[in-house]
Amino acid sequence: MWPFIKKEFFHIFRDFRSMLILFGMPVAQVLLFGFAITTDIKDVSIAILDNSKDNVSREISNKLVSSGYFILNSNLSSNNEIEAAFKRGDIKEVVVFENDFAQKLQREGVANIQLIIDASEPNTANMINAYTSGIINSYSLELMKKQGKIPISIITEPKMLYNSGLRSVFMFVPGVITILLMLVSAMMTSISITREKEVGTMEAILVSPLKPIQIILGKVAPYVLLSFINLIVILLLSAFVFDMPIRGSIVLLLVESILFIVMALALGILISSVSKSQQQAMLLSMFALLLPTILLSGFIFPIENMPYALQLVSHVMPSKWFIIIVKNIMLKGVGIGYFWKETLILLAMTVFFILMSVKKFKTRLE
Amino acid sequence: MKDDDHIIVVENLVKKFGSFVANDNLNFFVKRGEIFGFLGANGAGKTTAIKILSGLSKPSSGKANVAGFDVGRQSEKVKRNIGYMSQRFSLYDDLTVKENFRFYGGIYGLSAKAIKQKTAHLLQKLDMLDYKDMLLSKIPLGWKQKLAFSVAVMHDPAVVFLDEPTGGVDPITRRQFWELIYDKASEGTTIFVTTHYMDEAEYCERVSIMSEGRIEALDTPSNLKKKYRVNTMDEVFVRIARSDT
Repeated sequence: MWPFIKKEFFHIFRDFRSMLILFGMPVAQVLLFGFAITTDIKDVSIAILDNSKDNVSREISNKLVSSGYFILNSNLSSNNEIEAAFKRGDIKEVVVFENDFAQKLQREGVANIQLIIDASEPNTANMINAYTSGIINSYSLELMKKQGKIPISIITEPKMLYNSGLRSVFMFVPGVITILLMLVSAMMTSISITREKEVGTMEAILVSPLKPIQIILGKVAPYVLLSFINLIVILLLSAFVFDMPIRGSIVLLLVESILFIVMALALGILISSVSKSQQQAMLLSMFALLLPTILLSGFIFPIENMPYALQLVSHVMPSKWFIIIVKNIMLKGVGIGYFWKETLILLAMTVFFILMSVKKFKTRLE
Repeated sequence: MKDDDHIIVVENLVKKFGSFVANDNLNFFVKRGEIFGFLGANGAGKTTAIKILSGLSKPSSGKANVAGFDVGRQSEKVKRNIGYMSQRFSLYDDLTVKENFRFYGGIYGLSAKAIKQKTAHLLQKLDMLDYKDMLLSKIPLGWKQKLAFSVAVMHDPAVVFLDEPTGGVDPITRRQFWELIYDKASEGTTIFVTTHYMDEAEYCERVSIMSEGRIEALDTPSNLKKKYRVNTMDEVFVRIARSDT
């Protein structure tokens, strides 16, 4: 079996595309999800129309700009300029202070700030609204304290657990790990097995004295190792580039990951035994594995918000359970006692897929 | 005693796929060291028979013995004693010549030392020692086929199955290929070969011609030509193939 594994490594290392998928992908994905596809806001360009120009309005403006979330693009001088500023497209929000802002606040206790937000991206608009209001509210609280007034309204003070900065990287990393392990393990093995079928070398291997189980093991062993290296790369990247914590046991995380890798490899063998060409294997892995993994695993879209039927479907997604496990270990830092059920489900799926794939592999020989 | 000089013995072999009968009651034997031509039109059932004889698939009924082992019950031992090469030759394009030898030597359980010796010996025979570190994708088709044959006989099997080994190769290379086959047969290895080239059928010691799952004729090329009163194997083949349709 050793020569088999060695030869498999030669295939991988000599194929530029495999190398790219194996080692370029994880880095690119983590960086992409981490930096580009972010739901945090940072350095949003705003304009301020200060009709009052008193010390309170200036102080609020300073608070906004120094918060780190906003950058002052321009100071407008009249309402007519607002639309033009949005049309130029370089700002996302205009903060408008009404006339005699400080005076009104002093006299009547109420003064208005209007927020005009570009909502062509609704999500971002919501975020901008929340952040701006948050800053202004905290300022008005401060002001009230200074003036010795006690606020009569009840103020909610949300405290975010496990991801106090609400950083989207924390949400994406477990998902990216899942997708990449799935991709590398299932897609690469299924493609490499169907390639041997296509060129005819599979026949030559089958007539050799190697047992089916030896062929399968020889074929998948290199991918177990490479997936594992991939996992380490992703974890290192997320730890050092994005400060993603691993609050639980690393050993436990690695063990659970190996379980998931083995499950994905079994799926890959299963796919290879039903597809006749490399393209077919690739399409099958893409549509049958990758898309559901992304859409139904709770990676991007929360499962609780799905229609009931889809929630049921998500139960059979191995990735769903794995993501729960990874989040538990990395973010909550809890032990096996809190996710033994998920682990058991994953284990059952793994055994099921291995049995299926070995059976399929054998019947093909009959 | 009989089994000793009959390396392949097939008795009442039947293979069915559902209601389709691919091999209909085959009965024949192949002598040790013989070059046996296994002919037939496409779809006549040759590949099915070869798959059974090489332990890849099991017979529906009947018996086949290869190198002294039953293909149904002892397929592991059968596999250990045969070599196999198909038209879609079995070498890896992204490995070098040497690495291909090392891989196949390895899966047949040869030691590193034996692999080295065999590789050097076989490459020298082909006059290809200088190419041992070249990627297979850079080597012309005819040479690849000769290499594939050398790889298939590397572990000194008792029987070598060649499934249309010379498909798509020019006549000169085909001739050289047959020289390799003769050379190997003279060492006592049995050659079981299928082909569509009737001039190659003339090179065989005995040939069988299959049609619609049955063996219609089995004899030496010269006897077959006499029997059908024709001058070439090509005509023999056409007679038999036409008598069915």
